[in-house]
Amino acid sequence: MKYLFLVWAGLWRKRARSILTMLSIVVAFLLFGLLQGINQGMKNVFQSLNVDRLYVQSRISMSDGLPISYLEQIKSVPGVRNVTHWSYFGGFYQNVRNSLPVFAIDAATQFAVYPKIKISPEEIAAMRRTRAGAIMAAGIAAKYGWKIGDKIPLQTSIWTKKDGSDAYPVDVVGIMDISAYNAGSFPAFYINYDYFDEARAFGNGSVLYYIVSIDDPRRGPEIAAAIDARFANSSNETTTQTEQVFAQSQIKQIGDINLIANSIVGAALFALLFVTGNTMMQSVRERIPEFAVLKTLGYSDGKVLTLIMLEAVALCVVAGATGLLLARAAFAFMHSLFGALSPSARVMEMGMGIAMLLALVSGLPPAWRSTRISIIDALAGR
Amino acid sequence: MSPIIRLSSIVKTYTRGRQTVEVLHALSLEIGQGEFVSIMGPSGSGKTTLLNLIAGLDTPTSGQVAVGGERLDNLSSVRRSAWRARHIGFVFQFYNLLPVLSAARNVELPLLLTRLTAAQRRERVAAALQLVGLADRAEHRPRELSGGQQQRVSIARALVADPSIFVCDEPTGDLDRESAEGILQLLQMLNRDRGKTIIMVTHDPLAANHATRQIYLDKGLLVVSAARAA
Repeated sequence: MKYLFLVWAGLWRKRARSILTMLSIVVAFLLFGLLQGINQGMKNVFQSLNVDRLYVQSRISMSDGLPISYLEQIKSVPGVRNVTHWSYFGGFYQNVRNSLPVFAIDAATQFAVYPKIKISPEEIAAMRRTRAGAIMAAGIAAKYGWKIGDKIPLQTSIWTKKDGSDAYPVDVVGIMDISAYNAGSFPAFYINYDYFDEARAFGNGSVLYYIVSIDDPRRGPEIAAAIDARFANSSNETTTQTEQVFAQSQIKQIGDINLIANSIVGAALFALLFVTGNTMMQSVRERIPEFAVLKTLGYSDGKVLTLIMLEAVALCVVAGATGLLLARAAFAFMHSLFGALSPSARVMEMGMGIAMLLALVSGLPPAWRSTRISIIDALAGR
Repeated sequence: MSPIIRLSSIVKTYTRGRQTVEVLHALSLEIGQGEFVSIMGPSGSGKTTLLNLIAGLDTPTSGQVAVGGERLDNLSSVRRSAWRARHIGFVFQFYNLLPVLSAARNVELPLLLTRLTAAQRRERVAAALQLVGLADRAEHRPRELSGGQQQRVSIARALVADPSIFVCDEPTGDLDRESAEGILQLLQMLNRDRGKTIIMVTHDPLAANHATRQIYLDKGLLVVSAARAA
């Protein structure tokens, strides 16, 4: 501790250079925290997903959809407990920038397949009997100030109606809590499928995909195969996956997040090694006469080496921790967008470990160089 | 006066590129405890090399250097560092203060190597700055001080750990006459009142006159060693 002022003074000897180096470390670790946070969050979401739900989609492409007539056939597959379906609506309120995660659903089965959605039986009943009914997550209702009984002029950017308009006015009949499911990606605004399907000008009689709850999770692959077998060689063949695999395959459409995150972070940290190494090297080179004075006063080579390493550690660890904390703060700030995603304690620990490693690798060469300083030569200005 | 420094048949050679230069030729010298010795001589005569050997900054190619009974030529680099911290106070021509630290922090540097507590260190630093007349400049950075004041800070740094020997390499070489006189009187006071042994390399005969003994080197040989007339 008594050497702290010496380390601190050395660090701030060239204030502008130290601040710029620190900023580059902060940004790199912010990036690390954000990407690893997303990565870790995705893994957590996948792990929390249910294995007793199957997703049935078109074998060709999910956007192709499947006939509504498959509903009864899927229900009849042994081991299937319940079936519901979702159709993406592409909704917005007043302006396309106010987009809403609207899905056309079957209120009779939706809440049976997703029993952890918190909503009263009265609201579900109201949805079933109100053709233009709508249920939304509490967060959306709060954002727009909507309450039960309000009429919303919902619009769509996809499904033009038979009368040529794009307006689907709905009545709010319920407000639900979907926090048990991943709030960032789970459908949060429901309208009735029948209301939607009858009005739209095209795509009638189709759904985006079916969600199937099954009796025994251990039989998931077997039931999935049975469903796909039932529609084999039809004009609409299916692909059935567990919820976990389905979510992962959707993410795969964006790309291998893990590989992308690791590649970006790896490149950033590799570049950072040179920035920090260069800063430390310059800093030590400029101070060779000062280190010679310290050695003259009785500071051993080991002590001078330790002082330089402490500078590198202070630089990297303080800036790295700042970047990681900023990443955590950013996730808290964007909670509504990313849901429960956040850099875990493990990511924070890994980040601090990398910061220490960065300090060691960038600090060691100049620190080692300081041990080679000849006092006589340095004091003589050679 | 018992010798605190004893150099016997010292030879020192340096290798620069392909050239090997013998700087000191079988030099022998004794300096008594409490002496104030000035070392004079032309450039390249081996003054600073001699000073470096006495201070334990360098080791002889052959011969023996004993200071305070310790054979410096036998000590490892690490042990010489520890020995310097305990026994030697350094004063340089260009002060060699750390520019990012205040005067007080510069003076504190040798004390960081001791087991003193922070409060004890502060007390010693204050006393050292008081002694050199800079108590009111403790928080000033070196660039905020004149040359003479910086050299006083350098002397305070040299004396704060209470070493028995002061090694001064042209301590007045960068100062005007008035400031130089102040520094020399300070060194005289440390020698006379506190019994410190002072070895000072200088080109300035007026500075050398403040010493109790003057040594002249030429081409690596001791030419004259004379005590000043009282």
